[in-house]
Amino acid sequence: MSGSSPQATFDSYRNFDLLHFDHQSQKVRMKAPISWLKEYVDITEPLQEVAHRLTMAGTEVGSIDQVGAEWGPVVVGHVQAVNPHPDADRLQLVTVDFGGPEGPAEVVCGAPNVAEGQNIVYAGIGAMLTDPYKGGVSKLKRSKIRGVVSNGMVCSGKELGISDEHEGILVLPEDATVGTPMVDYLGDAIFDLELTPNRPDCLGVLGVAREVAATSGKAIREPDITYPEEGPPVDSLATIRIDDPDLCLRYTATVLQNLKLGPSPEWLVKRLATQGQASISNVVDVTNYVMFEYGQPLHAFDLDAVENHAIVVRRSFEGEYLTTLDDVDRELEPDTLVIADPVKSIGLAGLMGGANSEISGSTVNVLLESATFKGSNNRITAGRLDMKTEATLRFEKGLRPGLSEVALRRATKLILEVAGGTAAKGILDAYPVKDDAIVTLTDEKLLKVMGVEYPQEQVIATLESLSIDVTRVASGYEVRPPYWRPDIAIPEDLCEEIGRIVGYDDVPVTTLSGRVPTWEPSPDRDLREKVRASLASHGLQEIISYPTESDSVMEAVGGPKGFSPLRLENPMSQDQPFMRTTIRASAFGAVARNVRTWRGGIALFEIGAAYLHSGEGLPEERQMVVGAFNGPRDVDSWVAESGDADFYDAKGAVEGMLEDLGLQAVFEIAEDSAFEPGRCAAIVVNGKQVGVVGEATRAVLEAIDCDRAPLAAFEIDLAALVEASGDPGAPRPYQLFTRYPSSVRDLALVVDAGISAGAIQAIIAKNRLSRQIDIVDVYSGKGVPEGKKSLAVRVHYQSDTKTLTAKEIEKAEATILKILRQELGAELRS
Amino acid sequence: MASGTESSEAATAGPPPSVEEIRTTALAALVDADSEVVLDQWRVAYLGRKSDLTNVLRSISSLPAEDRKTVGASANQLRGALEEALAEKAQELKAGPSEIADALDVTLPGRRRRSGGLHPTTQTIREITDAFGAMGFQIAEGPEIEWERYNFDALNIPADHPARDQWDTFWLDSPDGKGRSDMLLRTHTSPMQARLMEQTDPPIRVVIPGRCFRYEATDATHEWHFFQVEGLAVDRGITFADMKGTLFEFARRIFGPERKVRFRVDFFPFVEPGAEMAIDCFKCNGQGCSMCKGTGWIEIMGAGMVHPAVLRNVGYDPEVYTGFAFGMGVERIAMLRHGIDDVRQFASGDLRFLSQF
Repeated sequence: MSGSSPQATFDSYRNFDLLHFDHQSQKVRMKAPISWLKEYVDITEPLQEVAHRLTMAGTEVGSIDQVGAEWGPVVVGHVQAVNPHPDADRLQLVTVDFGGPEGPAEVVCGAPNVAEGQNIVYAGIGAMLTDPYKGGVSKLKRSKIRGVVSNGMVCSGKELGISDEHEGILVLPEDATVGTPMVDYLGDAIFDLELTPNRPDCLGVLGVAREVAATSGKAIREPDITYPEEGPPVDSLATIRIDDPDLCLRYTATVLQNLKLGPSPEWLVKRLATQGQASISNVVDVTNYVMFEYGQPLHAFDLDAVENHAIVVRRSFEGEYLTTLDDVDRELEPDTLVIADPVKSIGLAGLMGGANSEISGSTVNVLLESATFKGSNNRITAGRLDMKTEATLRFEKGLRPGLSEVALRRATKLILEVAGGTAAKGILDAYPVKDDAIVTLTDEKLLKVMGVEYPQEQVIATLESLSIDVTRVASGYEVRPPYWRPDIAIPEDLCEEIGRIVGYDDVPVTTLSGRVPTWEPSPDRDLREKVRASLASHGLQEIISYPTESDSVMEAVGGPKGFSPLRLENPMSQDQPFMRTTIRASAFGAVARNVRTWRGGIALFEIGAAYLHSGEGLPEERQMVVGAFNGPRDVDSWVAESGDADFYDAKGAVEGMLEDLGLQAVFEIAEDSAFEPGRCAAIVVNGKQVGVVGEATRAVLEAIDCDRAPLAAFEIDLAALVEASGDPGAPRPYQLFTRYPSSVRDLALVVDAGISAGAIQAIIAKNRLSRQIDIVDVYSGKGVPEGKKSLAVRVHYQSDTKTLTAKEIEKAEATILKILRQELGAELRS
Repeated sequence: MASGTESSEAATAGPPPSVEEIRTTALAALVDADSEVVLDQWRVAYLGRKSDLTNVLRSISSLPAEDRKTVGASANQLRGALEEALAEKAQELKAGPSEIADALDVTLPGRRRRSGGLHPTTQTIREITDAFGAMGFQIAEGPEIEWERYNFDALNIPADHPARDQWDTFWLDSPDGKGRSDMLLRTHTSPMQARLMEQTDPPIRVVIPGRCFRYEATDATHEWHFFQVEGLAVDRGITFADMKGTLFEFARRIFGPERKVRFRVDFFPFVEPGAEMAIDCFKCNGQGCSMCKGTGWIEIMGAGMVHPAVLRNVGYDPEVYTGFAFGMGVERIAMLRHGIDDVRQFASGDLRFLSQF
């Protein structure tokens, strides 16, 4: 028998390829074949029903996969001869007897491990196989390979879609019957499970079977863990010592002598194949098998490579090195737990064995380890060495020490079965602190948590269905959590067990009946929500952006000074590794992108945090609002105003929003690096600057890649606004309005071009009869002298005490004109 | 003689029409009068000296004494009615033609300002918080950049706990440039549970909307940046049954009163017992379709009873107080409700997407 003799030794500590870990759902994957589950529990109901109950109870069945149904003509074949391909060094011509009446088939094969006398998987023409490189299933066709016709194919596990193994072909046991359809030989239904990280017991098929039993009211058949102890007493053959009991909670071991290493029997190879695990050798296969059965990883050392046959579990020494099974020489960092003998380390605890003690074809005596390592330490070391394996996947969850002994006995029994030899009398067991916790669940607690009065008999029956040892005590239950369940430690855990097995659907629906908490004000949030609603009502669309930025863009758009942005260790995009210190770039960037895709004008706003870190503690998350306008002011329409939005659109939105809040702002010419000089104003509320409005500079447009100008924008610091305005959400006081009529007069003024409308308005506003003052036209050009401009100002005059006469209005107007002339050099336009 | 004349007229025109017949024909003829000329002809024909009505009035004196009164009254009444109808029609003809000349093209688009709108995430958060607000929940918010302690440790997820794999985390560099800091982008809104309970005594009933981050590859259903709404209720006597009732009520409000709700076991380190709530698929009504991946159910949120370790961490006595917590993805709920197929649209700022809501 060739083909399956171990060229390298693998075991459950060294399986990198097949981490059943789904990064999308963040759940741990596990495959539970129905044929395997049936070894422990009767499954008589439809699989859909079993799967549904498992899912409801927390062991989610993502899918039920039928393996083999689609394969077609794929059978057990026997390799009669292997000859070289006439035209290709790497290819061979393999003669396969597959039991067909037409006789053996000649097949071209590139696998290095194909050999005469092997039983293999033969796929005839028309078989449905998985492409090992591209994935996807396709039909096998007769083809010529380098001039020779290949009548079918010898398959790898990957081509069958049952594993990721494609290094070589799948070699079947000697006793496989030639011609047996592969669907009968390897076909099965499989529960593809998505597990939560608190249930490492379900990373063993037996654990899943226990869930099936509990949810379907069936009994569980425990695997046999008894075996003849015919060898010498174990402590005469080896010793163990734990030096660091904080990292190794229990270490059990046994010694097996005079073993015959060799290939595994068919059942073992097939079971491992369902887990995507290649067969290595009978002894190693058993360690893997027990891991997939119980969830307890094990390791086999060559006993004769262990100095003095003495095992020491300790932290690594400073500067210690170990060459691991994968031939990597590793420097061990502090707090790395190693398995050692008196002179050297021989393995990384819970991770990988050392090359110096691995079992090989010449091994006859084995020290079998089944230990409980501290989960968190295992996780740290695995992370540091980038060694996530099937073993660490289980160890890191924190296994119970009780499991190690059971798994050890199970593995010893199976090794004796498949590799012969004798087992020592007794086991070695270093177990510094016994884990014999008892959890007490009172009736009161169960009612208080669940809101359900579960009858005593139901509680006991439910826990017993989970093989949980339960005793009724005064007004409660005493529970000894089973050795395979690390997740049962407090009474609330038992509430969940009872709730989930009886069914969450059985919990009644009640409404909260207690006290309603005292209302607490949230002025910041209230303001933000008002601003949102207001800006939307003024025609701006709200956007939400990623809060990360590049430093060059933040530099270009300006913003708060004196804060260096916080940087992400692992940014999503290397271009944008910083947490934004300004949200201008977010809104401006959105404008630039919309210019390319949106048909009409753009008016948008964003409310969000700028993260301002002052060196200590968490950053201030200053809530800012930024609005931006670009392109046509209005939709194209027969009644629309023409023209592109500019400074005054941005300003108008700010005025409208502030008015909605009951506030008024003064706009003062200001400077800001993002905005064009002379086209930028500070927004001042009650004497305090709360923001800025302006038109972006060329440099900003270039930095954000916007090719349409102008980009008019405003930015308001919402915290500053709250501070400047007191409570913008406060009810507005009612103001008396006069019942006397008002009169309207227009003034056509000519002033120097540099005189601001605001200055004119301010003077007119000082007159006690003026009420509303509107600038209705601004003009310069023909008819107006060079360096001058003309303004049309509409003034409403009104008194609180009487109807004004024409004379009184004229008098007021004359006074206003006089002051305008004196202070601003204004003249009436002739 | 007189009778002879009458008989000869009767021979040519038949018997004279009754008052009612005159009314019917006169009013019918008036409807068709579409100019002042035609209207004048009508006046001559029905109210003129030779009209039938005038004839009737003239002949009253020749009627038997018992008929004179009734015929006279009805003929005079008709005369008044016809004169009134004439005046009305004349008015109508006078006003009519000039108004039609000014008719509007009512199909031209109306004058309107450009309309803005709220982001669908904002709208969805408002609906969620309103639904819980009606059950006495207030709104709280917390920092987006958070301490590791609040994001994990306080929630019963100590360092190196394998459950941390459930939350791929963005870490912040230490501000002094020396390696990783203990600041991170919060992976869920749950840290506010601990912050709130530290600050307040029970009873607590609060929902916490906010931005969260997970370091994972993005595709149509996965996004590294998203919003959650967290909920927390803690007091004496709050049970799993109360949690079911509260979340059931929420689902009715958001997804409609006809929805079925399902709770199954799930695991989150900061709750025990833990649960996941699903609603029956509203696209296929639980029959199984692409939206619910054939299961008939759509997962909406994670939930559970607040873990006693979390209560202890904030100084609450778990023997006195119980509570429940829940958390849901806002975009996921918005996607379900609006039929959005790509979560990456939410942070795109794309007006083609945002203007639809």
